[in-house]
Amino acid sequence: MSDRPLIEIRDLSKVYSTPEGEVVALDHIDLNVHKGEIYGVIGMSGAGKSTLIRCINRLDTPNTGRILYHGQDILTMGKADLLQLRRKVSMIFQQFNLLMQRTVGENVRYPLEIAGVKRRQADERVIELLKIVGLEDRVNAYPAQLSGGQRQRVAIARALASDPEVLLSDEATSALDPMTTQAILSLLQDINRRLGITIILITHEMAVIRQICDRVTILDGGRIAEEGTVDEVFMHTKSEAGRRLFGAAPQDPQDEPAGPALRLVFDGSSVDRPVIATLVKEHGIMVNILSADMKQIGGKTYGQMLIRTPEDEGTKLAVLRFLKEENIPVKEVNIQ
Amino acid sequence: MSQAQWTDLLLGGLWDTLYMTIPSTILAYLIGMPLGILFVITGRDHILPRPRLNSALGVVINFLRSIPFIILLAMLIPITRLVMGSGIGTRSLIFPLVISAFPYVARMVEGSLNEVDRGVIEAAQSMGSTTAQIIFKVMIPEAMPSLLNGAAIVTVTILGYTAMASAAGGGGLGAIAITKGLNLRRMDIMYAASIALVALVQLITITGNRYTRSIDHRKR
Repeated sequence: MSDRPLIEIRDLSKVYSTPEGEVVALDHIDLNVHKGEIYGVIGMSGAGKSTLIRCINRLDTPNTGRILYHGQDILTMGKADLLQLRRKVSMIFQQFNLLMQRTVGENVRYPLEIAGVKRRQADERVIELLKIVGLEDRVNAYPAQLSGGQRQRVAIARALASDPEVLLSDEATSALDPMTTQAILSLLQDINRRLGITIILITHEMAVIRQICDRVTILDGGRIAEEGTVDEVFMHTKSEAGRRLFGAAPQDPQDEPAGPALRLVFDGSSVDRPVIATLVKEHGIMVNILSADMKQIGGKTYGQMLIRTPEDEGTKLAVLRFLKEENIPVKEVNIQ
Repeated sequence: MSQAQWTDLLLGGLWDTLYMTIPSTILAYLIGMPLGILFVITGRDHILPRPRLNSALGVVINFLRSIPFIILLAMLIPITRLVMGSGIGTRSLIFPLVISAFPYVARMVEGSLNEVDRGVIEAAQSMGSTTAQIIFKVMIPEAMPSLLNGAAIVTVTILGYTAMASAAGGGGLGAIAITKGLNLRRMDIMYAASIALVALVQLITITGNRYTRSIDHRKR
């Protein structure tokens, strides 16, 4: 196997002309997505992430740059090749976009129909696909009879029908409640692992990135603010845009006392409860908070907190274990 | 008039009315539906953007739509004679009815197809659908309840036009109400023919609404 990335985006730019003037949606984007990974693109609304993902299956056309898929430039492809590409690069959407006059089964069968698969063969495949998403008993229901989470499951089954190599997810969980979001993300992760499908997802929610992505790009104003593995970007946020997204304070301000410290990251995925108070009350461990900058967004906590590392090794391990149980990422840092 | 004479009069009128309305509606759809589809898909940001063709279509459709039927009917008599063999009479009226109705059909079809969620069309594109597949497997089926509702409205409109048929020597319930009723001061005939016409319109409208609702799966 060559280690060439599955998707290579090179110097991609897109400018929209609006009556108010030109809007730069993508500004010289370069990135690679490797086979089998879950790649996240995060940014505030208007950062260009939607345009970026829509360029990958050419629902949107960039002005300049190249997008290579298996080394082949998709932007110069002819129509027939483009249709084939779209069968290999499926997409799911925030609003699910199901055919409302077709049943669940007929929706999932659609990609097979347009590819000319024989009816009986297609019907068998539809049931297989619905089993993957756990909806085989709703094959004859109409989308209007399903919940949001179920609709997205149908959309995922439909996206898998053409045996894709890549699944593009355009804010697929943004219209769902937190519980359903968790379930859909687990399903995507399962699909990635079991079927080996590469996933590129865009979101404005850090928790989504944290939960399933391997690597992440932060988009800001059409540019890549930073890129790396999720842990790297999380623990050593370099960009202003990244810190804005995590709601974090500027890194290591000067007035913090020097010495070893623990950086706690609140990414909105942990349950909202008083962590430090619990630590004190239930474990009898006193910690010294050096700085904290956190905010509540939609009932979830985002931000960072720096606490002094306990001098006693046993206490330190207890704190680390506690934070792990609470599912709060922690990083040992040394303030200069 | 005996009961048999009434029956003959009204049933004859009904037959003439349907004889003009049904073929006209079908022919108007055969021309107007493809035009409406073409108008929608060639629009900006749609699946086959062709800005110049699109504005040309828009101008033609709007121009034809804005000519009142009674004027069009008179203007078209020479052409009607060429096409239908006669400029006047019940059968000949089908031609001006179709010419008058197809732009209206195109507009109705346009309205229905534009109701289809753009996200759904985009999803179909993302799955590698051809333009024809998007039209016939996505846009038309998704818009079907609205298209049928539109068809009921178009039929009623054409039915209304046929009532003016007496101006060009045509028959039908409308012509009976005017020529045999109003003009001869036979108010009983005028009312009987009018009531029959109203009943026919109600029947089409109610059946159309019921059927439309029964095939729509958006709300259950």
